[in-house]
Amino acid sequence: MEFLQPTSWREALEMKTARAEALPIAGGTDVLVDLNFDRHRPEVILDLNRVAELSEWQPANGRLRVGAGVSYSRIITELGQRLPGLAMASRSVGSPQIRNRGTVGGNLGSASPAGDAHPALLAAGASIEVTSLRGSREIPVDEFFLGPKRNALKPDELIAGFWLRPAPGPQQFAKVGTRNAMVIAVCSFGLALDPEQQTVGTGIGSAGPTPLRAGEAERFLAEALGEGDHWRSGQPLPESARERFGELVARAARPIDDVRGTAAYRRRALAVLARRTFAWAWQEYTAQ
Amino acid sequence: MRISCRVNGEVREADQVWPGESLLWFLRERLGLPGAKNACEQGECGSCSIYLEGNLVCACLVLAGQAQNRDIVTVEGLAEPGALHPIQAAFLETGAVQCGFCTPGLIVATHDLLRRNPEPSDAQIKEALAGNLCRCTGYAKIIAAVHLAAGRLVSAP
Ligand SMILES: Cc1cc2nc3c(=O)[nH]c(=O)nc-3n(C[C@H](O)[C@H](O)[C@H](O)COP(=O)(O)OP(=O)(O)OC[C@H]3O[C@@H](n4cnc5c(N)ncnc54)[C@H](O)[C@@H]3O)c2cc1C
Ligand code: FES
Ligand code: FES
Repeated sequence: MEFLQPTSWREALEMKTARAEALPIAGGTDVLVDLNFDRHRPEVILDLNRVAELSEWQPANGRLRVGAGVSYSRIITELGQRLPGLAMASRSVGSPQIRNRGTVGGNLGSASPAGDAHPALLAAGASIEVTSLRGSREIPVDEFFLGPKRNALKPDELIAGFWLRPAPGPQQFAKVGTRNAMVIAVCSFGLALDPEQQTVGTGIGSAGPTPLRAGEAERFLAEALGEGDHWRSGQPLPESARERFGELVARAARPIDDVRGTAAYRRRALAVLARRTFAWAWQEYTAQ
Repeated sequence: MRISCRVNGEVREADQVWPGESLLWFLRERLGLPGAKNACEQGECGSCSIYLEGNLVCACLVLAGQAQNRDIVTVEGLAEPGALHPIQAAFLETGAVQCGFCTPGLIVATHDLLRRNPEPSDAQIKEALAGNLCRCTGYAKIIAAVHLAAGRLVSAP
């Protein structure tokens, strides 16, 4: 096994081009588990921790660009105001020890359907910046996940970071698990309201082969809020519409039965999470 | 490969480190620092908790190579030589130590909590120690130990 430790982004990209088989490592909270249990013996490890560019974030052209290597702990403390949905999801990850090391870039790299950052990124309409020596491209996050633990990265590409707008309105994230900490989600849900564009964003976690958006539910809720002039009046949405939103979210899921829960339970729980997160978000919206 | 890092204030080195080796293994087996415990090797139990560059981490989830030239503090480095840190003393006095396997990790995690939040509530303690498992005590005495240590550290000159 070889250990490569680039100290600049350029050097990291050169190494990844020269050694496409190299396994990147950021916080290591997924990679080390595989190594410790001998599930995977990469020939080459590419440590990204010394690439300073990856652990920076900055506002750019009305959006935020967050480096792939920014830890969950830093997202919570440094970006909690601007990215409340992602910060809520980050707070639900593992334990303090895991949040201090784990990164959103690593979550995207692993591309687990249960990754907690994904529903928040989907709801907020984020895009992922991936780079190789050939150049950079921005992939909308809903096109980034190709299958269970498969993403759109080419062998010579690395995740540079992700882009999203500072939250234009309330954002929520909720997760079902057996404990309040240290759980892989049975299912999870992210919601983002955009009062400026009068749109709704959603993200479903752990209830399909990839994280998913509930497109129909998004359109339905945006229309229901628009038709009743709710954005302006702040009046609550009728019970029937909130029920319908939950149903449409449940219908968008493609869950399976597994050790953490049944498909039927996941659908049911998602409908509840959808209604509940909307109620919280709407309360926050009308309180302003 | 050769790894050199600062551990508890001293520069330490080892040769022929395997690139896939965890920092936990490196500390225990190469440097002879058995304070951080190896219980699960998957980040679940927290018994390997240490500081890396001032951040509380699970040593089992860091590669030794990632610690090159970095600053590490283990449970062995918290107190003056031959003395107990007030957190360690509080754990002993309250009966928060039974088999003791989880204790070093809990001590470091408690240390991290109290330097950020000197007077935590029960809920804050539970959240901060959520990544540290104990199979013996039932946690009540651990929470009592954290409060005792917090009180003493706050009132210490
Ligand atoms: C005890 C424990 C609890 C956990 N709890 C949760 C939880 O509640 N929710 C959750 O979502 N996850 C959880 N995880 C999983 C893990 O912490 C997350 O997936 C985390 O986001 C991984 O980030 P990392 O930086 O540690 O990734 P690493 O382990 O370093 O890397 C993960 C993958 O991403 C790739 N990668 C990393 N960075 C890049 C990059 N810049 N470009 C290309 N590829 C890259 C790596 O090659 C690897 O395949 C938990 C893990 C543990 C051990
Ligand atoms: S041994 Fe590292 S968390 Fe259990
Ligand atoms: S005292 Fe035995 S595991 Fe905690």
